[in-house]
Amino acid sequence: MTDSAVPFRSTVLRRPLTRRERLDLPRRLTLVAAAMVIVLVGLLLAFISWNGVQLFSASHVSLGDVLSTRWQPDSSAGNTYGMLPFIAGTLAVTIVAALIATPLAVGLALFMAEIAPRWARSITQPAMEVFVGIPSVVYGWLGITILVPFLREHLSGVGFTLGFSWFAGSLVLALMILPTIATITHDAFRAVPAELRSGSLALGTTRWQTIRHILVPAAKNGIATAVVLGMMRAAGEALAVQMVIGNRPVMPTSLTQPLTTLTSQITLDMGNTVAGEPWNQALWTMGLILLLLSFGFVVLVRVLGRGKARA
Amino acid sequence: MTILAPPTIAHGAMPSSGGAVASDRPVAPGSPGPETGFGADVETGLTTGHRVAAKLEVSNLRVSYGPKLAVRDVTMRIEAHAVTAFIGPSGCGKSTILRCFNRMNELVPGARMEGSVWLDGEDIYAPDVQPVAVRTRIGVVFQRPNPFPMSIYENVAYGPRRHGVRERARLDETVERCLRRAALWDEVKDELRRKSGLALSGGQQQRLCIARTLATDPEVVLMDEPASSLDPISTLKIEELIHELRDTYTIVIVTHNMQQASRVSDRTAFFTMGDDRAGYLVEVGDTTQIFTNPRERLTEDYVSGRFG
Amino acid sequence: MRRVLLADRIATGVLWAIAVVVVLILLAIIGHFVIGAIAMLGPSFLLSEPSDSSVGGVGPVLFNSVYVLVLTLLLTVPLGTLGGIYLAEYAGSGPLTRIIRFCQELIGSVPSIVVGLFGLALFVNATHWGFTALAGALALSVFNLPLMARLAEQAFRAVPDDERSASLALGSSQWQTIRHVVLPLAIPGLVTAIILTAGRIFGEAAALLFTAGLSTPTGYDFANLNLGDPRSPWSPLHPATTLSVYIWKLNSEGLGSFVRQIADGSAAVLVVMVLVFNLGARGLGRLLQRRITGA
Repeated sequence: MTDSAVPFRSTVLRRPLTRRERLDLPRRLTLVAAAMVIVLVGLLLAFISWNGVQLFSASHVSLGDVLSTRWQPDSSAGNTYGMLPFIAGTLAVTIVAALIATPLAVGLALFMAEIAPRWARSITQPAMEVFVGIPSVVYGWLGITILVPFLREHLSGVGFTLGFSWFAGSLVLALMILPTIATITHDAFRAVPAELRSGSLALGTTRWQTIRHILVPAAKNGIATAVVLGMMRAAGEALAVQMVIGNRPVMPTSLTQPLTTLTSQITLDMGNTVAGEPWNQALWTMGLILLLLSFGFVVLVRVLGRGKARA
Repeated sequence: MTILAPPTIAHGAMPSSGGAVASDRPVAPGSPGPETGFGADVETGLTTGHRVAAKLEVSNLRVSYGPKLAVRDVTMRIEAHAVTAFIGPSGCGKSTILRCFNRMNELVPGARMEGSVWLDGEDIYAPDVQPVAVRTRIGVVFQRPNPFPMSIYENVAYGPRRHGVRERARLDETVERCLRRAALWDEVKDELRRKSGLALSGGQQQRLCIARTLATDPEVVLMDEPASSLDPISTLKIEELIHELRDTYTIVIVTHNMQQASRVSDRTAFFTMGDDRAGYLVEVGDTTQIFTNPRERLTEDYVSGRFG
Repeated sequence: MRRVLLADRIATGVLWAIAVVVVLILLAIIGHFVIGAIAMLGPSFLLSEPSDSSVGGVGPVLFNSVYVLVLTLLLTVPLGTLGGIYLAEYAGSGPLTRIIRFCQELIGSVPSIVVGLFGLALFVNATHWGFTALAGALALSVFNLPLMARLAEQAFRAVPDDERSASLALGSSQWQTIRHVVLPLAIPGLVTAIILTAGRIFGEAAALLFTAGLSTPTGYDFANLNLGDPRSPWSPLHPATTLSVYIWKLNSEGLGSFVRQIADGSAAVLVVMVLVFNLGARGLGRLLQRRITGA
């Protein structure tokens, strides 16, 4: 009904739409607001891609150079821009972080979904939310003030000469992604229908048997999604990792030695480079790699989800 | 089985159900006056003798949700200023048909409708008809009370406000009038603005919803099992209400409770589900006739409790 | 039989242990910062300016964090809410809706450092503004707008259909129904959404490094109300190093003998703020929910 002054006692059934109704301003305005995200994606792709290919198009650095392991953008003996150490480093810290975090996160999620009494749940639930909310710099600062010195002073025998290391990076990341994986896994467990559980328990099995043989397999898609999302978050993390990883552009060989990642190198070098120079352009190329990686992940998760749903 | 035979003039008993007294019916000029009585057509149960413009007329109504047919070929008339009850087992489309009367069914995703519905002779599904206008003239009370999270006053004033009424005096008058009609005024008149609609008891909430519906001055009030979620005392109050509202409004009520139907309505329509799992109209007629002397075997079985 | 029961006991114990360990870690983190620095978090630290000669304060930096937060919320909350309304109330399942949701997922996956690079390219270089609070807020809006829209959509979807039916059945139009019935009922969810996004924005650093800048702010003249003057702290054009960025900067530059304490204090402020935001979101959301639907 329009806000016109038609007295509604004699509401006329048949009438053409008023201009205001035809315009349907609310619908159009909200549509524009919702569709802005499409514009944002387009802009992101455009700007990052354009800057990212400058290394190849403007400075004529070859793809082969980029795919090598020699990163020396500022040497007197000729600059090389091999990015494999960064790509490998990102993968390395991410995978180890996932390995550390996943068992704990799944265990926590199991606890919250199946075992915790109400009072315990009212502690773990807000705990997760607070965990997620802690800014990454704080984790990084914790890492560099507590973890790194600890590793250097007490575990130097194992190989932690500097404390800054692959392991430190992965541990800090694991702490950051633990609540993410736990929350999504927890949702996956809660989504398993109660009939499955009661069916198993009615056969005289214990709770742990039910969890192990019924619940976890039923939720395995959700767990996989959770882990992938956690890894995405780890791979994209910049400051926390940069503060503890040591920033040495080498290939990942030892957990106890410094390493580097795509994100930490960008963070470190961006302020020291001059726009238009190959070093700077190389950083943009790394940014492009990150962007394509994250978009690729989203597509991958979607395809996996669709495949599993059909299966 | 569709009921399509044209009304024929026959002699029969005067309709003795609790319907409006014959003299209240609008009489077409030149037709025999009320004293000579109305014929009750055997086939259609329509009162005949002179053409009374029914309040609502339905013709060949057919509703499907996606590929599944839900309601099959309903044709009937709803008389003005009378209470018509829809009875029948659950799932045979009574609520669906009701939703078609005020164009709420089209809000259900996947719903498709064929056939026509006329209000006072106007096709409510004609292309340039505004659903909003239809819903102003045909109101509905739902099965579960759903008051807005606002004060009692604001609940009742909601409809008029959306239609542009702003003057305080007019709104006050409308709110009081409708709350009185819904037999709720005395219980809430001191707390109109302070108390939330949600703070009332179930029966009171339902009467509030009735008052809210009346505030838009509808001509027809549809009720979808209005008392089914209420206790027996509230149910009785609602039934009394329906009885009083009959004079001003046309009421269609869906109910599972046969006793309620026989208490409250002037005319009754019996629906059931066919083998294709689609609902259809079996028989419609004056309530007394349906309950004491139904024409169809199915109807008799249902009202005597043999099934459903 | 006994083996099975034993396994159950062990497993239960292990899971309890995991939960306890995780919660203890969290408490340790919070405790380390909050208790360790509680003596520091007085008005002298919070309000004074950074200095090299003593444990300098974080006043201007804290101001910048709040400023960028408010600016970002102004940019994203109205638009995000409108977007959420469209997705919850108007959108069908057609291709446009699917593209919108896909784009929301895409942006949600982009690392903040990349968003920062984008901000650098567009809001700092292309516009020739240099480092400004506005550039930072715009960069943050890139990921906060879709996030707000998604949370707002959830808030609107949480409103039961009964209420919509009741309103439509009274002859209201869809927009009237949204404005007078759905929106008020969605407010608790919206408030929670705003506070949650605010918490995330407040702690954000990577996207701000190359947009809002890294300079140590001193000499803030709060009396300068000229919004076009980049030297005025009230101007969106002023470079705005925020608290999170400041911690990172202290770490990477490491100058001055009090770096450790200043950074500890700053981290403590951040942790306290996160707690406040989180508890605030829960508490306020519940309070509003009760007030709007309750007696």
